Amino acid sequence: MSTAIEFNHISKQYRLGFVSAKTLSSDLNRWWQMNVLRKEDPYLKVGETNDRTKKALSDFVWALRDVDFKVEQGDVVGIIGKNGAGKSTLLKLLSRVTTPTTGTIRAKGRIASLLEVGTGFHSELTGRENIYMNGAILGMSKQEINRKLDEIVDFSGCERYIDTPVKRYSSGMMVRLGFAVAAHLDPEILVVDEVLAVGDAEFQKKAIGKMQDVSKGEGRTVLFVSHNMASVKALCSRGVLLENGSVKYMGGIKETVDYYIGEGGSSENQYFEDLSKAPGNDVIRIKSFEILPGKSQANIDIESGIKFRLKFMCYKADAMLDVNMHVKTVDDISVFKMSRMFGEVGKKDSKVGLYTMDFELKPYTINAGKYKAEFVFGENQRYVVYSGFEQYFEVENTQTDMGFNQGVVPGMLRFNNNDVVIQYEG
Amino acid sequence: MEGVTKQKGDEEGWSMVIKPQKSLLDVDLKEIWRYRDLWSLFVKRDLITQYKQTILGPLWYLVQPIMTTIMYMVVFGGIAGISTDGLPQALFYLSGICMWQYFSECLNKTSSTFVSNAGVFGKVYFPRLVVPLSTVTSNLVRFGIQFVLFVIVYLYYIIFTDASVMPNIYALLLPLLVVMLAGLGLGFGILFSSMTTKYRDLTLLLGFFVHLWMYATPVIYPLSVITNEKLRFVMSLNPLTSIMEAFKYGMLGTGSFSWMGLGYSFVFMTVLLIVGIMVFNRVQRSFMDTV
Repeated sequence: MSTAIEFNHISKQYRLGFVSAKTLSSDLNRWWQMNVLRKEDPYLKVGETNDRTKKALSDFVWALRDVDFKVEQGDVVGIIGKNGAGKSTLLKLLSRVTTPTTGTIRAKGRIASLLEVGTGFHSELTGRENIYMNGAILGMSKQEINRKLDEIVDFSGCERYIDTPVKRYSSGMMVRLGFAVAAHLDPEILVVDEVLAVGDAEFQKKAIGKMQDVSKGEGRTVLFVSHNMASVKALCSRGVLLENGSVKYMGGIKETVDYYIGEGGSSENQYFEDLSKAPGNDVIRIKSFEILPGKSQANIDIESGIKFRLKFMCYKADAMLDVNMHVKTVDDISVFKMSRMFGEVGKKDSKVGLYTMDFELKPYTINAGKYKAEFVFGENQRYVVYSGFEQYFEVENTQTDMGFNQGVVPGMLRFNNNDVVIQYEG
Repeated sequence: MEGVTKQKGDEEGWSMVIKPQKSLLDVDLKEIWRYRDLWSLFVKRDLITQYKQTILGPLWYLVQPIMTTIMYMVVFGGIAGISTDGLPQALFYLSGICMWQYFSECLNKTSSTFVSNAGVFGKVYFPRLVVPLSTVTSNLVRFGIQFVLFVIVYLYYIIFTDASVMPNIYALLLPLLVVMLAGLGLGFGILFSSMTTKYRDLTLLLGFFVHLWMYATPVIYPLSVITNEKLRFVMSLNPLTSIMEAFKYGMLGTGSFSWMGLGYSFVFMTVLLIVGIMVFNRVQRSFMDTV
């Protein structure tokens, strides 16, 4: 086993906010401060971590901070972490779209990135022409594509439309074609970012299969970024957990995912005394979120019912705002979603001040397991004004309706077994 | 001993090293050659897509110079009465338009390289220089078609009229002149495109600037009408002046030709290209953060 990729103290700094408007003046200011007054770079405040939810102290932020790890050849590494943890930045650096601020990355062999499949597709060109185009952009030569053309067309399943301009394609077909090209690139290192989110079930299976072939059969290295814990666990052998731009945990994939879920899953209720540090933005700021058992008991379980109580500040008056709570399993499978307008349905009547959202799930609704509640605030039922606040919680198992000891029954929903009517008919 | 050699092998075994900013002069020309297939595909794409779903198709390449020539004949030749050095107006304007258009198209198209390709550049790596190079190449095809038009008009005047147009030995310089136009257009274009990633103001300025530039170049008038010595000196600083004049001198037999002027333009182009590629190379590595 040798090292395929080596991240050597990688850091990447980004500038926050509106870049182009202020650059000329800030460039001049920086030049003045550094070269004439001989001071430090006024825009570089070292040491500030990248926490999306906190207000920034300077205009610059470290998207990655001293990331240092190695990937062995043949490993399939899942990179996980919350939104904004630095996963995509890491892959961008690896695929040479941008350069690190400090540190070096060394790699052996050709790297193919599927940051987004179908890169360079031109809508006026036919599928066949786009295969050549896309292949060449990814670094294949013409002969190489000629050799693999049939295979690519076959894999994509778009044979019938291959001489049709891709602007007539459905988005799913575009993804298929794009993935087909990338999958036949035969890279030593494959970088995949959430591509599996699109495409139908059959194609997803094909894509996962291809990724497994690449890693297992052919001994290639794969870096896979996803929010879908189920597919990460299924595909990867090792995991890297990123948090605020640094490596938080590294190890076997199961341990990493468990660590990630366990960490978020400590279903402590969240209270934010200091509003300036609370998650949110100019429109919405979260004050507290509690998940409590419905009955007066200590634990949340199947028959306790679950009370959700969110308190938040609203800073926008006379707008049609709504709050959405999306409950998912830790594997990102949707369980249910609730939406509610702040005021009357269809009226622009939001007020500045504190709001409380209450919702109670009746006993015997969702099964035992780990879940997360994600919040999205919208305007006019179209625009997202704030998203990104989430909270894990756990529902414990009970067996009172079973009469004897038993583990968690299968299924996402869980009803009272006593509701089953059984009668002896003689 | 074995350990040492192994480690050395390990150190050299890396096929790719990604570092913060490389040095300015580090341009990997071999890499561009490796991506030559992409280069030709970009050219093909430009040509195919430009006139897709149009009725006239590539004939549009001809409509533009013909209409412009007629317009110039009316405005500059007719109303303003600017001299054409005794040449047929159609031929004089058409030659200027063909050459100028090639330069200005190269400049305009390459100047938006970064901004208009941000989507692709943001996702995959390939030597970015391939894009402006292919733009210059695909414009060459367009120039070729327009040049054929010029030759047809040219032959018409030679065969059917007694206009005093005769090519001379300097006409053989044509390929060099075209390469110089391409080099200047590319050089200015990539310099502009590198700067527009940060300062968008330049995009707005460019169109205006190129337009003014045309009037500072002997396109619609011959250099001979400039009699003021100082003005003539200023005009000779324009690297395009000698190229335009050399073309007209070689093909049409009028105008002025000087090896000095052409040499100046060539040196100008070389320096511009080197500086342009250096700046472009620097910007391409991190422009995704500023675009």
